[in-house]
Amino acid sequence: MHTLYNRALGGRSGTVGLALLCVLLFLIFPLALDNFRLNMMSKYLSYAFVAIGLVLCWGNGGILSLGQGLFWGFGGYCMAAFLKLEAARNIAAESGSDQIRALTTVGLPDFMDWNQITSLPYIWYPFKSFSLTILLVFVVPTLLAYIIGTAMFRRRVGGVYFALITQALCWIMEISFVTRQGWTGGINGITDLRTCLGWDIRTKSAQIILYFLTCGLLIGCILIGRFILSSKLGRILVAMRDGEDRVRFSGYSVSKLKTFIFCVAAAMSALGGALFALNVGFMSPKLVTIEPSIYMVIFCAVGGRNSLIGAVYGAILVSYGKTYFSEMFPNLWYFLMGGVFILVTRFFPDGLAGAVDYLGPMLGRKLFSWIGRAQANFPAAVVPIPVEANEGR
Amino acid sequence: MPLILATSFAELKDIFLMQGFAGFSLFAVFLLMALGLAIIFGQMKVINMAHGEFLTVGAYVTVFLSHMVVNHAPKLLPYYFPAAIVCAFVVAFILGYIVEIGLVKYLYNRPLDTLLATWGLSMILQQACRSLFGAREDTATLPEWMMGSWSPSEGLDIPINGMFLLALAIVMVLLVYALMYRSRWGLKVRATMQNRAMAGAVGINTKRVDRVTFALGCGLAGIAGAAFTTIGSVSPSAGSLYIVDTFIVVVFGGAASLLGTVLSAFTIAQSQSILEFFLTGVLAKIFVLVGVIILLMIRPQGLIASKVRR
Amino acid sequence: MIAELEIKNLTVSFDGFKAVDDLTFSVEHEELRVVIGPNGAGKTTLLDLICGKTRPTGGSIRFKGRELSRMQENSIVRQGVGRKFQTPSVYPKLTVFENLEISFPRGRGVWGSLFFKQSEDVRERIREVARDTYLSDHLHTSAEHLSHGQKQWLEIGMVLIADPKLMLLDEPVAGMSVRERQQTADLLQRICRGRSVVVIEHDMNFVKQIAHKVTVMHQGKMLVEGSMDEIQANEKVREVYLGH
Repeated sequence: MHTLYNRALGGRSGTVGLALLCVLLFLIFPLALDNFRLNMMSKYLSYAFVAIGLVLCWGNGGILSLGQGLFWGFGGYCMAAFLKLEAARNIAAESGSDQIRALTTVGLPDFMDWNQITSLPYIWYPFKSFSLTILLVFVVPTLLAYIIGTAMFRRRVGGVYFALITQALCWIMEISFVTRQGWTGGINGITDLRTCLGWDIRTKSAQIILYFLTCGLLIGCILIGRFILSSKLGRILVAMRDGEDRVRFSGYSVSKLKTFIFCVAAAMSALGGALFALNVGFMSPKLVTIEPSIYMVIFCAVGGRNSLIGAVYGAILVSYGKTYFSEMFPNLWYFLMGGVFILVTRFFPDGLAGAVDYLGPMLGRKLFSWIGRAQANFPAAVVPIPVEANEGR
Repeated sequence: MPLILATSFAELKDIFLMQGFAGFSLFAVFLLMALGLAIIFGQMKVINMAHGEFLTVGAYVTVFLSHMVVNHAPKLLPYYFPAAIVCAFVVAFILGYIVEIGLVKYLYNRPLDTLLATWGLSMILQQACRSLFGAREDTATLPEWMMGSWSPSEGLDIPINGMFLLALAIVMVLLVYALMYRSRWGLKVRATMQNRAMAGAVGINTKRVDRVTFALGCGLAGIAGAAFTTIGSVSPSAGSLYIVDTFIVVVFGGAASLLGTVLSAFTIAQSQSILEFFLTGVLAKIFVLVGVIILLMIRPQGLIASKVRR
Repeated sequence: MIAELEIKNLTVSFDGFKAVDDLTFSVEHEELRVVIGPNGAGKTTLLDLICGKTRPTGGSIRFKGRELSRMQENSIVRQGVGRKFQTPSVYPKLTVFENLEISFPRGRGVWGSLFFKQSEDVRERIREVARDTYLSDHLHTSAEHLSHGQKQWLEIGMVLIADPKLMLLDEPVAGMSVRERQQTADLLQRICRGRSVVVIEHDMNFVKQIAHKVTVMHQGKMLVEGSMDEIQANEKVREVYLGH
């Protein structure tokens, strides 16, 4: 029990940081935000899954992937495919509606019909079943990550080269999804998703429930991430990031360890993508290409590439900033975003978490001396984002 | 019967030649883009994601000059293009110089961070172009001698701008080769990139070398931009369309090798244009990218790389 | 006695330059072999070849009858071959204790390392190795704060904790004080009980102290092999190396 407390929760400071995040996600946001904004928050949080994965594989393992959108996208497309089939079945049931009159082949997703496809392509068959879909949400991206990882890491393709190749893969996915219109909905993606197992996901109550589901799964991913980072594997990851050869000559298979953490990151991203499809109700290739994939890296960099909790804040802040500024000052937005990229990498390579680690204890001490308890040996209690290093022993 | 065969064979030859020449135009664009990047990424290990924007800047300089010439000195139209190339180089060079001082020099030992920071830079430059020149596409007015095509035999049309592009690319490669491998300055650059501490110790001003080398790479992208206006119209996002291709060319060629870059640009451009003859453009692109990635797995060091004693 | 490590006709060339050229030699069980030779003789390359860091162009490396030259580095380590590098490569951000823990030969797979438990026997073994390598007082020091000599010891300890049957040590006393050299010599004497050790070294006094047998390499080839006295008496060796 004690080890579990230390390993998954990260000791006292880790628990406090997590508790603060939970309060924010489960109490403050639902109370303070209206339904529309809460749904936006679900959308932001579905990106946070990718950021958490990147903390594991980039921040700790040193593997920078510019293709996380690929996994996020596959997760999202799998979920969207299931929802679309259900929507198509429902439309088929409401005979006589306008929509059905517009279709030539009833029961097929509308975009297939527009592309003169008359029977369901075989690769869509699995998405008739919900349980199979959930399985595929995880299996497809993880398997893909496994193949990419094994092929690259065994050949010792790493660092910059890996980043560039994953970026190219992301691009390949985008252009192939855009061109295979009949299978994927082309540039518009899969839209007009309505119900999941008969439950209308567009209603207010459904959106609130989905928000809480997203938060719960996100916390789950943080706990899994902490468990990994506090294990011996976590320390080997850091060791590998700083010097691969020694790890190799201590008898570890560097390629297997890297592939593993890359797969974990991919699976988490995929979960985020699937939740995005549920929360937002569509999936499009514009969301999975090169640019969004780099944004995902920036979420992680802004939050702090070493901090799991920081990644969540990073995703929320940057996404919120993006929404806010692109609505308010559409011209300034790119300058601002570019500036954030530059400032963070130039001055705050440890992101928000680094800044809080640095400022937190200082502020904490000030606060406590102000209250009158000067002996404040209390580093992280007022710090929302704790260090995630090696407290777990 | 033999007569018909002979004509169709001749036609086929012409088609093949023309398709091959289309590949040469693509080759020239890739090569011009990749040359600068081969210096910045191959030699300096800086992942300059804003490289495409330097192309855009060079292209806009050319377009701007052509408008100036058309409006104020139409007589100069046949002659302005060489000047435009020089101006594009100078502007991109100065911009690169400033970027090095302001940003890149702090990130030399963090290659992956240069990637993120320069991506931010590329967003800023793109938006700046959009604010300055508008989001619409713009074209340069080309001198007359550059338009039209050359037909050495009937049925065979080779566009003159394509030939110009190819010639420019070849000249630039030779210049870069002479500069990097046959001049004293090139020696300093290579010494600095291979062993910074030692180069500093023998009296090379490594910081100055860094600045000039980076700026030179950017200037080459500017020239690529000027060349780009002869085959396409310019928009603020024109350069970013080529950035992934360019990186693939440099990586595939073997990052530090000029010959590798040339070979890789040639291979990728030709296979793409030949595949385009059989498949659609997008599919050809996918095939080429997948092929390159697979080849990179088999040979991670790229096409040309010496086996180093580690 | 059967040789533990058998190297036959080993060759590696880098763009035509033969760093190791048709080398044949063997090391016996519990033997401490020192390889000497002038700079560029191919000594470090030889160790790189044995531990899999460099792939040979030709020839064979057999350890306990198994061919190593086609194995992955980590499988070679698991065969019981440990390597200490020329410049100490320890994990700078980790403490001495953590450095040794990572090198502990249990939980090397993905799942093994994920569910690795630091039990009392692990801690005991770490303390034992730390004692052997004179680092007991520094267990909780970050490796980056150790002196150069202590880093060398730590890396020896990291190899030792895996209990290898063949240890490859590249210049273990470089940068050490006289007293530290003496301690290292003692350490090596203890280490080679129950295993074979190959050491590369330049310091002749140190070599004299520890070597059972000495191999002299020159331009990728073996020049002579024998006891230290024989080596010092040898004309050819004087010519290429000692005579300078």
